[in-house]
Amino acid sequence: MIYNGKNLDESVTWQEITTAGTIKGGGTSKQFKTGDWRSHRPVIHMEKCKQCLLCAPVCPDSAIPVKDGKRGEFDYDHCKGCGVCVEVCPFDAITFEKESK
Amino acid sequence: MAIKERLSGNEAVANAMRQANLDVVAAFPITPSTEIPQYFSQYVANGKVKTVFVPVESEHSAMSACIGAEIAGARSSTATSSCGLALMYEMLGVGASLRAPVVMACITRALTGPINIHNDHSDAMAASDCGWIQLHAETAQEAYDQYLMSFLLAEDPRVQLPVMACQDGFITSHAVENIELLEDEVVSQFVGTYEPQDWLLDPTTSTAFGPYDSPAYLMEHKRQQSQAMRNALPVFKEVAAKFEQISGRKYDVIETYCTEDAERLIVLIGSSAGTAKTVVDELRSRGEKVGLVKITMFRPFPREEIAQALSGAQAVAVLDKSDPMSGIGGPVYADVCVALSQSNRRPLLVNYIYGLGGRDVRPEHIEQVFEDLKKDLRDGGWKDDYRYLAVRGE
Repeated sequence: MIYNGKNLDESVTWQEITTAGTIKGGGTSKQFKTGDWRSHRPVIHMEKCKQCLLCAPVCPDSAIPVKDGKRGEFDYDHCKGCGVCVEVCPFDAITFEKESK
Repeated sequence: MAIKERLSGNEAVANAMRQANLDVVAAFPITPSTEIPQYFSQYVANGKVKTVFVPVESEHSAMSACIGAEIAGARSSTATSSCGLALMYEMLGVGASLRAPVVMACITRALTGPINIHNDHSDAMAASDCGWIQLHAETAQEAYDQYLMSFLLAEDPRVQLPVMACQDGFITSHAVENIELLEDEVVSQFVGTYEPQDWLLDPTTSTAFGPYDSPAYLMEHKRQQSQAMRNALPVFKEVAAKFEQISGRKYDVIETYCTEDAERLIVLIGSSAGTAKTVVDELRSRGEKVGLVKITMFRPFPREEIAQALSGAQAVAVLDKSDPMSGIGGPVYADVCVALSQSNRRPLLVNYIYGLGGRDVRPEHIEQVFEDLKKDLRDGGWKDDYRYLAVRGE
């Protein structure tokens, strides 16, 4: 049976899929890309960013990684485009742009 | 050594519950539940069992708690009846699809309305397509035995499905009968310890149960669940063979009574089988070739066994103790028709709705069915196969 989300895709057969969809192991949501239904994406303009870090804690999807006291590029695999970071930024360093296919 | 006792069906199952090494019993402690949780709570209070008893606020919660306990890795059970079972409806499907092997004693009683608390099968039949295995008992002895067998069946890795162990309300649940109980140690060894495949409290891994199943995956899970239900039939035969070794009592998915050379047969479920056997004996003594098929396992439906048992008969009456108002007959009749659909030899088939809301089922009623079948055969068919037995009015 395929317990690990990494190996699970839409080719799985009924014989291989886990009983009742049970998932083993923690942190499996990382393997599940939820950013693909975003209609708008936040874009960070680093020249305006003062690294005040007000944006990172308000992100509901932890899609703003912070390392050594500085925020980095958005994690677009998991950002759902809610725009909260855009609203909270005091320096207009984040713009909200329509997703184009 | 077996223990000879005289017990009601409820007392018998409460004893089985005491013996079954249960970790959790969650039940709604007042009506419409049965006396079973009442007796069991006394065992808990008197220190006879180590089971955690959860007196929940509703049947919906009783089933939820049982499912939660099973997921955690605990063996759990409950008991209910009638509208109590109806209140569990949502959770019945959840438990089955989560593959939580809960064992439930179901005391079959009418689903209101009109308001009625007496025996028929409308509660169990309304819940028969929720993914639960369903066993039906004729006597208190069978109720006790089948409840105990249910654990091995439910927890078998090839099955892993919940079981409803049913007996007829009042007729079996409240009437006191002679019964043979097994010794505590014998039962304890028979049911063993619950060893789930996956369980929430497993310290070696973290596990998520019951995640959202998108359209890309749900059908695979349903196909898997369907296989588990199909597996339950042969697994029950294995469990019954094991049970025979400790009890000397034989069980199968159906019971046939004088069917071998029978021209006319009755198919039914539950306590009325006793009455029907008496009538078969009486008619046989007068040289009439009649017989009975009692269905013990209703889910999964014993398709091949039924087709085999009915293949030699000329006319068959299927008796249903519920009417789902489908407009074409009862649920047992519908499934018997499916079972026979691929047979080369199909007997004349009729359906009787009988014994609703606790209406007495007397030998003369069963005799009338056999008499009707004789007339149908003489007439070479019937005008109406969807009939009510012993109802007033033309």
